[in-house]
This record gives sequence, structure tokens and C-alpha cells, in this order.
Amino acid sequence: MLQDLFSKVKLRTSSYERPRRQGKMEIPKDLMYKCPRCGKVIFMEEFVQSNKVCPYCEYHARLTAQERIHLVVDNFTLLKYDKGMKSQNPIQFEGYPEKLYYLHRKTGLRDAIITGECTIMGQRCCIGVMDTRFMMASMGSVVGEKVTRLFERATEKKLPVVLFTASGGARMQEGILSLMQMAKTAGAVARHSRAGLLYITVLTDPTTGGVTASFASLGDIILAEPKTLIGFAGRRVIEGTIKQRLPEDFQSAEFALQHGFVDRIVPRDQLRRTIGQLLRLHSQTSGKEADQ
Amino acid sequence: MTAWEHLQIVREKNRPTIRDYLPLLFEEFVELHGDRLYGDDGAILGGIGRVGGQPVTVIAQVKGRDLKENQQSNFAMPHPEGYRKAQRLARQAEKFHRPVLCFIDTPGAYCGVGAEERGQGEAIARSMMEFMELKTPVLSIVLGEGGSGGALALGVCDQLAMMEHALYSVISPRGFASILWKDASKEQEAANLMRITAEDLVRFGVAETIIPEPAGGAHMDPEKAAGNIRAYILETLPKYMQIPIAKLLENRYDKFRKVGAFTE
Repeated sequence: MLQDLFSKVKLRTSSYERPRRQGKMEIPKDLMYKCPRCGKVIFMEEFVQSNKVCPYCEYHARLTAQERIHLVVDNFTLLKYDKGMKSQNPIQFEGYPEKLYYLHRKTGLRDAIITGECTIMGQRCCIGVMDTRFMMASMGSVVGEKVTRLFERATEKKLPVVLFTASGGARMQEGILSLMQMAKTAGAVARHSRAGLLYITVLTDPTTGGVTASFASLGDIILAEPKTLIGFAGRRVIEGTIKQRLPEDFQSAEFALQHGFVDRIVPRDQLRRTIGQLLRLHSQTSGKEADQ
Repeated sequence: MTAWEHLQIVREKNRPTIRDYLPLLFEEFVELHGDRLYGDDGAILGGIGRVGGQPVTVIAQVKGRDLKENQQSNFAMPHPEGYRKAQRLARQAEKFHRPVLCFIDTPGAYCGVGAEERGQGEAIARSMMEFMELKTPVLSIVLGEGGSGGALALGVCDQLAMMEHALYSVISPRGFASILWKDASKEQEAANLMRITAEDLVRFGVAETIIPEPAGGAHMDPEKAAGNIRAYILETLPKYMQIPIAKLLENRYDKFRKVGAFTE
């Protein structure tokens, strides 16, 4: 009990506090947006109206899962799965439960993915959307389990899966259990695939590490947003290995397309239509294999 | 014994590698090369062997015993073509109803320009997906280091065994310390915290068996270590070969399906 008390105090006073504004120039924080890629500054209103795409360099800024759902899913059609699922602390990593709690309070999410069932342009499908605000959308037990259940339910209901990926990789704080989620999700994708059902992956910024090396790379059709970072190893790790700077476009969506690992790059404003079209093109054939 | 102490044994210069074990484990062995797509990766060795009279497909990560061997095997860090070679040989094993033995011994998949260009992520993901559905028994044994996704690509199996001192982790202790604590020198502390020993993995339900090593580690008596591995294979393989394929695949899926720590 006493420990609980202390952990709460610690939480309140810990470094997770929002940084205080510094300097004298009090520009309201959300009036302008500075693109992290090209460094140019635009009005926030303009930025939001263009679906958070930088008008100068076409960088597709990261969206929250809610924003993504709003952009792609038909209004009021989303039925969420496994809303209350949350991680335990399998290797007793210090500060991990506090961090999960803090992020829950901050984002409203329980972990880094929202899954469910919806329609897109009238086409029924199962959907998963990862959210980088939650520990860079790293995959631990919850992400692994929710993705697995998503594919299992889709297989049962004979529905296609549309999955928006974004991740820093496996969640180290959960040790070996995180790693095993890669095999678990790959297995669930395999069963869904064997049932003759469609799986569309949409790679969004950044899709890396253990997520790239599992379900993100296993779509029948792999789409990507422009300028998205897509890769297995971290850029700095590679630079450290080869002892030289990598070109700017290394591990970009365009790079992945050029090397044959992405089917299409689709700008954000066309994403909903493209996914709807692909779903429609499979609506007569999906799941037929399983019946034969 | 702490994870750190296990790690020192695994890093022992004379620790036997798959090349030492091959003649001790198999009555005969024919090495096969290439992924039929791009090249042949020296970090993953493949071929057909015979153990107790039974032909088996062997897929193994290769640690070098000296600098020259390590250059050839890239310090056991596979490129995508290594994983694609593994997939090809696994499918071949399925075709001829041969069981597959995978030997894991890698710090991780290679992090480099070519590896990214040729889809390291895709190669690992595809390996896991193919092994999950492979219609023949698969046994994996971690010989020394099981580093991250690069190890797991050969670790989707019906039963996972760990050598007594072997380790298996989501990231190297050094990487763990440098990313989570921004201090790579806390490697020892990380190793002991991460729960990466054979015993830990059995407790988590990730590994099923621990293969004993001679006192002090496999390098003290490689023949004895090989004898233990061989005894394990001879005892375990027939059990899995009797299970009907549909049931085998169901069990394999469930083995991974149940791993995770969450509440609802």
C-alpha cells in the first residue's frame, strides 16, 4: 500500500511532466506547424486542412489512430475490439507500468493499436490502426494479441483486413514476450491468407523493426504513404556499421517501391478511395478458397 | 548462475559452432547452397543430413571459429538471401517429407544497406509465416546466442530447445542498455534483468527443453555436448513424426498463440 502511494507521488513528480514553455516570445503552440522533414513553417489551420501533409515537401505527418479512422473509415461504422486490454510487466521493468498509465491518461489509449470492424466506402472489413504516441507504437503483448485476434476474427467472419502500420519495433520493456509476438502475428496472417482472404497493409511513418519483420510485410497488397520511413534496422545503427552517412531517401517509401517491397505509394487524400476500390475488386472472390 | 555468467560462457572463444557439431551429430551431411533469387549467404548453412538413419534438412546459423571463417559467415549475421535460402530448403523438406532441424546462433540479422535494399524485414516475416505452415516437423535448438528477429526467423518450430548456457532475447543486452538507459556500459545489468536464460525461457513457455552442457560449458568437451544434442534429437524427432500434420500445425500455432502477458 505504502509503495502504491509512493508510486503515485513519483508519477506526479516524474519527468513525464510536460515541458514548460521557454523564452519570452509567447507564440501559441498550435498556431504554426514546423515540418520535421523540410523545416518549413506553415499555419496550423492550413496544415490540418491538408490532412497534415506538408505542402512543401509532401511529408505525411503522423496521425493519431482517431484521426486516421476519421480519415478512412465510413462515419459511425467502427465497432472496436478488445478495448480494455492492457499489458502486464513480464520482466518487472522499472517504471513500465507507470509509463503505460501515464500514456493512457495522455492519449486515452490502452496500448499502441486500435482494432475493430467497419466499412470503408461501403465495403465491410476488419481494421487495425497503430498510434505512435503510445511508446512509438512498439509491439508488446497487447499489440501482438490484438493483431492476432483481428486476423482470427476476420478469418472467422470471412472479412478482409486493412492494417495501418507504424512502429518503432518490438517493445523491449516486455523482453522475449515481445519478440514472440512477431511469430504469433505472422501465424495469424498465414491462416487468414490460407482462407483466401485479402489483407491490405498501409505502411505509415515510421514502420520499422519487428513490425516490418512480421505482419507489416505480409500483406497481399502493400500500400505506403509518400515519404514514409520503412525499414528493418535503424538508420543510425546502419550508419554505425558502415561508418558513413546514408542518402536522404534511404528507407523511404519511394526506396521500398523502387526495390520491390511496396505495391503503390498513395497520397493521403486518395487513400480512402484506393482502399475502397481494392476491397471492391476482391469482394466477389474473397474467402472462396476456404469453401472449396 | 546469472545471465551475465552464461553470456561469458557463450562468448568463450572456443565454443563449438555448427561446423564443429555437424560431423558429431550426423552420420552423413551434404551442404546445399543458394536462395535461387540473389545469392548464397554464408551466415546460414543448409543441407541434408542423416541422424539415427533418418534424413533431415539442416538449417543453421554459422559462427566463425576464426577471422577468416567469420568473414565468410559475416559473424553469423544473415542477409535476406540467408532467410530465403532457409525458406527454400524448408519447402524442399516439406516436399520430401523430411523433418527440419534449425540451429540458432546469431547476434541478429545483419544491419546494412544491401540487407535493407533486399528486404530484410520481408525475408524474416516470410520465414516466420512459412515455417508456421510448414507441413513437416520442425525442431529448433539455440546453440549460443539467439538475437532478436534474426534468430526467431529460424525459431518458428514445434519444439524449442536451449543449450544450457544459451541465451535468447529481443535485443542484445548491450542494445537494451544503450536504448533504454542511454548507457551501453550497463550491459551486465541489462543481461541480468532481461530474463534471457534457458530457464527463464522455459518459465515463459517460449522454450520447452534445456540440453545440458558439460561442466564449464560446451567448449570444455564438444563431443559430450554434441552427444547430448544428438540424444535429444533422437529422442524427440520420432515423437513429432508420429503426430498427424493437421494436429502438428495446430499445436505449433498454439505454442506461439499463448505467449503474451496482458489483462482485460
